[in-house]
Amino acid sequence: MSRLNAHEKKTVTFKLNGLPVRADAESRMLLSDFIRHEIGLTGTHVGCEHGVCGACTIQVDGAPARACLMLAVQAEGADIRTVEALSPGEGRLSTLQAAFKRHHGLQCGFCTPGILMSLDALISARPDAGRDEVRDHLSGHLCRCTGYVTIVEAALSALDEIRREVKSNV
Amino acid sequence: MKPAAFDYLQAATLDEALDALHEAGGDARVIAGGQSLVPMLNMRLARPAVLVDIMRIEALQKIERSGGDILIGAGVRQAKLEAWPDLVDRLPLVAMALPWLGHVQTRARGTVCGSLAHADPSAELPLSLIALRGSVHLRTKRKKRTVSAEDFFLGMMATDLAEGEMIEAVSFPARADGTGYGFNEIGRRHGDFAITAVAAVMTEHSASIAIAGVDDRPRRFDVPLPGNSGLDDALNEIAWDLNARDDIHASARYRRELVRRLGRRTIEEAAACLA
Ligand SMILES: Cc1cc2nc3c(=O)[nH]c(=O)nc-3n(C[C@@H](O)[C@H](O)[C@H](O)COP(=O)(O)OP(=O)(O)OC[C@H]3O[C@@H](n4cnc5c(N)ncnc54)[C@H](O)[C@@H]3O)c2cc1C
Ligand code: FES
Ligand code: FES
Repeated sequence: MSRLNAHEKKTVTFKLNGLPVRADAESRMLLSDFIRHEIGLTGTHVGCEHGVCGACTIQVDGAPARACLMLAVQAEGADIRTVEALSPGEGRLSTLQAAFKRHHGLQCGFCTPGILMSLDALISARPDAGRDEVRDHLSGHLCRCTGYVTIVEAALSALDEIRREVKSNV
Repeated sequence: MKPAAFDYLQAATLDEALDALHEAGGDARVIAGGQSLVPMLNMRLARPAVLVDIMRIEALQKIERSGGDILIGAGVRQAKLEAWPDLVDRLPLVAMALPWLGHVQTRARGTVCGSLAHADPSAELPLSLIALRGSVHLRTKRKKRTVSAEDFFLGMMATDLAEGEMIEAVSFPARADGTGYGFNEIGRRHGDFAITAVAAVMTEHSASIAIAGVDDRPRRFDVPLPGNSGLDDALNEIAWDLNARDDIHASARYRRELVRRLGRRTIEEAAACLA
């Protein structure tokens, strides 16, 4: 059994966007705060901190999850991806990100990192997904600007493009 | 919106978890998927002195057949059950209910047994367990016991769990031949907690419904077969029998109407899957 007493710190180690990271955390530190304040990656946004808005959504071992509902210590050994992992290189956008730009899938951008991480997980797991699956994944997110229509269009356009790429590669 | 300090214990075995719960007594809480507990910690509605994390206990990760039941360990996440290849065949009612339980993002972490322990009156899994007349397997350092769903849920977020006790697993009775199932839910948006959810179980000779979101816990009733003229009267009596309340989401009157209409529709759907 591993024990971490209140107010003591422990070194937490996991894979973040393909690279090993380590930093100290108290037991009560949320994973969202650990990633933003200890590691310094601020792409993961924090809205409600009770699991409702989806702004903090990241991928944990391939599945989208709320960073504000995990303790940093629970992430020990996990494989974690945040929005910073999406860009294929400095100044370039992924297919999904480019589709968001093209379709005006964001306005203020506060909800965007979380939504991108949910949709990126959907695209990897089910490239054949359609409107229903996209809307189902978006039900876990709140966007106060767009009205969601452009987000759905962006996701469907990215899915289309990715399916065409896969086809032309075989 | 940050949790108060607590000791965090990550148990590697069930015995370690039970020892820790025993020692800490009423100050300890199990943490499973964290999808209900961490919001309460963040809002400081819960301030346990000790959290016992059970998610790395190998023995609690199983989904297996045990006689006519499907036994699901306390470490099994909702997404894992949803992806279980036999789900639709063995537990068709649970297969219908799971997509309504929160969102993809919360099912990836939340556990089946955590939802039962949390005992929200509108939750889908407690409703399914009541409808199927399943049971929960509880355990302390000293004692094991099995409690029927009917006796487990006591009220609004209140269960029969005692101090130092945890859920080890849950038994959902598997689909029996000649049985039909139905499930419906009305909420503000898909993935929100239900205003009212209904599960129905039908055989050629019997019908029952279970209702969540109206009373302070899910409740099950035997009802006349849908071809029988007494069904609407029975549903009306059930609607008045449940202690429907007004809240910001819906009035008590609206909830009673949902019991009547959603009740009938769900029973008819269960009957249709019998035929
Ligand atoms: C945005 C959002 C939407 C949601 N929508 C729904 C919904 O529509 N329907 C629904 O039913 N739920 C919903 N939930 C809650 C659901 O996601 C949780 O997974 C579930 O209620 C609790 O399971 P958990 O594993 O996350 O438990 P935790 O949060 O870890 O624990 C919850 C409680 O159960 C206790 N506990 C957990 N496991 C055990 C055990 N083995 N033995 C004893 N005690 C235990 C804990 O001590 C705690 O008191 C929602 C949550 C969020 C954040
Ligand atoms: S900040 Fe995590 S869901 Fe809102
Ligand atoms: S773009 Fe502003 S909240 Fe979604």
